[in-house]
Amino acid sequence: MAGSEPVLTELRLRVNGVEHELTIDTRTSLLDLLREHLDLTGPKKGCDHGQCGACTILIDGRRANACLALAVAHADAEITTVEGLAGAGENGDDLHPLQQAFIEHDAFQCGYCTPGQLCSAAGMLAEFERGWPSAVTPVNGGHIELTPAEIRERMSGNLCRCGAYMNIVPAIAEAAE
Amino acid sequence: MRPFRYERAVDAGEAIALISKEPEAKFLGGGTNLVDLMRLGVDAPGTLIDVTRLAGHDRIEETAGGGLRIGAAVTNSDLAADPRVRERYPVLSEAILHGASGQLRNLATVGGNLLQRTRCAYFQDVTKSCNKRSPGSGCPAREGDNHNLAILGHSPHCVATNPSDMAVALAALDATVHVRGPFGERTIPIPGFHRLPGDEPQRDTVLDPNELITMVELAPRARATRQRYRKVRERRSFAFALVSIAAVVEFENETATDVCIALGGVAHVPWRATTAEDALRGGELTEDALKRAAKAELAQAEPLRDNGYKVELARNLITRTLLELAEPEA
Repeated sequence: MAGSEPVLTELRLRVNGVEHELTIDTRTSLLDLLREHLDLTGPKKGCDHGQCGACTILIDGRRANACLALAVAHADAEITTVEGLAGAGENGDDLHPLQQAFIEHDAFQCGYCTPGQLCSAAGMLAEFERGWPSAVTPVNGGHIELTPAEIRERMSGNLCRCGAYMNIVPAIAEAAE
Repeated sequence: MRPFRYERAVDAGEAIALISKEPEAKFLGGGTNLVDLMRLGVDAPGTLIDVTRLAGHDRIEETAGGGLRIGAAVTNSDLAADPRVRERYPVLSEAILHGASGQLRNLATVGGNLLQRTRCAYFQDVTKSCNKRSPGSGCPAREGDNHNLAILGHSPHCVATNPSDMAVALAALDATVHVRGPFGERTIPIPGFHRLPGDEPQRDTVLDPNELITMVELAPRARATRQRYRKVRERRSFAFALVSIAAVVEFENETATDVCIALGGVAHVPWRATTAEDALRGGELTEDALKRAAKAELAQAEPLRDNGYKVELARNLITRTLLELAEPEA
């Protein structure tokens, strides 16, 4: 049984293509590991309760809230943060199409939620490609179209307190094309 | 947060052996609720036993008669997107997709969803009394901010609601939970898996200590079944239900030969509306019949000071949802 002393554990993670071996407290969230241990401050600590989406990253290609994911439970995972989105293209210096579209559509104001919006949108578009439905997808409707209503529903886990949704939705729609 | 040891079990047997020798251990699924509760100080296990990678628990398999067996570690996302679920149990896919967010559903598991705790604000705030968190300490929610708490089946000890969307659909589908514990395996039907608060609100379910959910089984459904999930909430997406409904109806021409209705957001359990079901089974689902059945069901409601609106909401949801199922082209 654990007492009041921290319990340390070793784990290996691949983050944005780079292998890391770390010794961490079992209580460490993936978010704290990325920000405090690896200095990857793209993922933001907004609410730390899974309610705002500012910490969204990709775990083995799937979007997830890094604040609620215990790092120790994701040992050996492949993690992508906003810092690794750009490098995913053919030319490592090019922005990811989502990043480019966010700039062109002025899809942010303060920018705090943007890294989470970008990672979430990347994960969401992959889900859409796999044919995953959403709550607004007609049941037994066959082909699914990525309408603004679909984008809003699928991105509802990412809050923007500046209210840049008006531009986020068309930015994602353009990047999806 | 209290320090804890972490163990990753490889199969159900190991998971149960591990938890049986640790008095303060908990199973860990996706962690979307438990990790949050640990951070809030509501829960403080000494050991976490990760059950997300147990052998075979990540699969959805066919049963002999055309039903499905869903492993407890299947994520909410994978379950909602499964083509067999979408075709045969669309109400389950709909319900899951009406809960949480895309990134939470990617982490959350089926077993964890069934065991998620209430979102009653008093339960989640360790500076407040709560009989569920700290038995015997009292329930300030009863006279406090109760606008989103229970209207049915509550007790003087607890007015919390079950927050799950998935469980509402599973209740309407008469799903079965398979569990395994130190003394063997058993199956528990939903409804019947979650329990009313009574004088033991600390117990959300009928699970015994150290029992592990291994899978959820869905019985085969007749082809002519119509199903729907509807949810009313304070914003259009990513919010818990004020009231939700899962309806599963079998028709023979105009006659509803079987009617299953479960309500979410109204009780400590997914509430099977058996009074309304009995009134409707074998008849035509006309607006008048539906209104009468919904009224009869909600006659047993005991609204609190600020949640009386849920009674009318629940009545209207029953009427409108089943009317839509009766007239699918309308």
